[in-house]
Amino acid sequence: MLKSRQELKDLREKCRKAAKDEVRKILVCSGTGCVASGAQEVYDSFREILERLAIPVSLRFIEDGHGVGLKKSGCQALCEKGVLVRVEPEGYLYTKVKPSDCETIVTETIEQGRHVEGLAYKDHDGRVCKTTGEIPFFKKQTRLVLENCGNIDAESFLEYLSAGGYSSFEKALYDMNSQQVIQEIADSKLRGRGGGGFPTGYKWQQVYRQKLFPKYIVCNGDEGDPGAFMDCSIMEGDPHRMLEGMLIAGRAVGASAGYIYVRAEYPLAVRRLKKAIADLEKYGLAGENILGTDFSFKFKINRGAGAFVCGEGSALTASIEGKRGFPRVKPPRTVEHGLFDKPTVLNNVETFANVTVIIDKGADFYKKIGTESSPGTKAFSITGNIENTGLIEVPLGMTLKEVIFDVGGGMKGGKKFKAVQIGGPSGACLTEEHFDLPLDFDSLAKAGAMIGSGGLVVADEDTCMVELARFFMNFTQRESCGKCIPCREGTKRMLLILERVVSGNGRSSDIENLMDLAQTIKDTALCGLGKTAPSPVLSTIKNFRDEYMAHIVDKQCPARSCEKLKKFYIEPELCKGCVKCAKLCPASAISGKAKEAFSINPEICTRCGICVSGCKYAAIKEAW
Amino acid sequence: MENAIDLDFTRNVIDEFNGAPSAIIAMLQEIQEKYRYLPKEIFPVLSRTTGLSEARIYSLATFYENFSLEPKGRNIIKVCDGTACHVRKSLPILERLRAELRLPQGVVTTGDLEFTVEVVACLGACGLSPVLTLNGKAYPAMTPDKASNLLRSVKESEVPRDA
Repeated sequence: MLKSRQELKDLREKCRKAAKDEVRKILVCSGTGCVASGAQEVYDSFREILERLAIPVSLRFIEDGHGVGLKKSGCQALCEKGVLVRVEPEGYLYTKVKPSDCETIVTETIEQGRHVEGLAYKDHDGRVCKTTGEIPFFKKQTRLVLENCGNIDAESFLEYLSAGGYSSFEKALYDMNSQQVIQEIADSKLRGRGGGGFPTGYKWQQVYRQKLFPKYIVCNGDEGDPGAFMDCSIMEGDPHRMLEGMLIAGRAVGASAGYIYVRAEYPLAVRRLKKAIADLEKYGLAGENILGTDFSFKFKINRGAGAFVCGEGSALTASIEGKRGFPRVKPPRTVEHGLFDKPTVLNNVETFANVTVIIDKGADFYKKIGTESSPGTKAFSITGNIENTGLIEVPLGMTLKEVIFDVGGGMKGGKKFKAVQIGGPSGACLTEEHFDLPLDFDSLAKAGAMIGSGGLVVADEDTCMVELARFFMNFTQRESCGKCIPCREGTKRMLLILERVVSGNGRSSDIENLMDLAQTIKDTALCGLGKTAPSPVLSTIKNFRDEYMAHIVDKQCPARSCEKLKKFYIEPELCKGCVKCAKLCPASAISGKAKEAFSINPEICTRCGICVSGCKYAAIKEAW
Repeated sequence: MENAIDLDFTRNVIDEFNGAPSAIIAMLQEIQEKYRYLPKEIFPVLSRTTGLSEARIYSLATFYENFSLEPKGRNIIKVCDGTACHVRKSLPILERLRAELRLPQGVVTTGDLEFTVEVVACLGACGLSPVLTLNGKAYPAMTPDKASNLLRSVKESEVPRDA
């Protein structure tokens, strides 16, 4: 238990020294992606091999003494190439590491400092990149918020300290008063990273002014947008940075409790946060009289229960209170009547992580990054049909083209770029004509899109934009809480029309009806979820009207993607009449005589495709 | 009765949260984790101790997607249909699983309570899309054929019931 500033400083110094003394480090990426690819097995294998070869190994920072530091790091960003392993001090990055590769890494790199070329990352042209610094994906990134993510043991409080952790909080607690902390955040022009881009400093100032106590800090970790996992990566990879930001917020506005609302689908994030909070309590950085001062702050984690609408502020606080996640009419705003009807600072994970950086490095430093009205960086998760899927952090204002081609490495398999969906189900799609659009809050708003939480999903020529619009509408419709009619009924009608269109039953008036409904929902829905629900439809109609027309008029899907418009048929010349397909078909849609050509009844066929993969003679074909 | 609901477990959960009405969602989560659904017997107990009406608790159980009032299968498959998985063709995987398990429309659990197939909006492993999870373990870069094989391996690895 640390009782004073000096004790915290001493411990940090001790940790810094220990980090320097760690001559070698093996960082096994243990983000959600790499865990799915087998990170635990790789970790166990390293451990077993190091012990077998009698190489001193340090599993727990400091406590195990000197040795090769074997660590489970946060997301190292190139999720698709997992399991990722980095060896320090050389910085060699190994990709697609399997347990059977660990012995080679230990004997070559750990024992002799040699690089293992077979496991290295290779860029577009097949050039070997030994370290992350040589990989184009990382070159254009600016890692402020994700600085530690992937570089330290995600579960170690002491290692976070060794990287200068909790010095921002220390500064805010001892060297600054509330007003100074809020002013610093306001000066930095930090805007909320949850989607809306509301100025954080202004929000804090409003809560600070409230006379009602207690006040609350709420962290929105309900990252519901499908295709977004930045907040997940921060919570998993560097939970302390976010917790530190919450402590600073608590100190600034005079709150004594912080709630973290995490999505149910992020069990690893919940586990790591629990561990981090337990460590804070153990070391006296959370609880009563922190570091011997009069500042007290408690953390509490709430797990979501699977409702997208809970990402909306008032729905989220209702859920923490044990109620249904219904948004309410505003005003009064959360800053006045938030959680338990008390003044509440509600920010998202990335915003709190930014706070820690700003207090540490100062508003002037922060403002130099990004654009005039949107300073700083933004983390994006870049996924879909792109070469480098993963987690990126770039200065705000970088152009779409740079993000997709320089950082993202261009389209997967050399396919043609079609669109990028930004901002999830509330966002819009951007096309080639937006290539030079700077990605910042205001430019995107002008283009009818929004940064949202930062999910970028890249679609290639094989992606049907009508189907993508249907997909998002299906999502918002399912997630509509049902409180207001425009959203509850309007999204349902829009979905019905879209379903009709993608299944080949579209009517000539459908586009017009969609736009009419969209406008009504936009104008009259109660919360942000409803108001933005029609955005994907509107933007796909605007940019890909001809695709809608092809579905409606010609009953064709130009991207060859809509299953309902697909037809299976058996090529009579190739069919040997082996009867296998007829036996496999779960719908009994295939018939014929043995040793003669079979045929598929399109009326019964459910287009499941089991017959296609089951046919030894490749006689079953698809057509659109 | 083999499947009788042990209400002591529910009472322990309530005690853990001191019966606080605001913790009702967390209580339901713990109960669901044990039974894989919310048995109807727990509602009166929760109501009496938290002071919330049964209707109120029931309304939570139906509002939040994660809660189920129906028993789920022994093996739970969650097919991710987040945007990234969707554009990399996750629907054919779902279709295949449902076809192989012969699940009629609107039904997610097989009659023998062996499998439940659900769709989730995003598992946060977008870099490995399309993804599905089987009993919590994620399987990256799936295809319909890989899904069929996975299903087969689960069925084959199982010890027969009467053994």
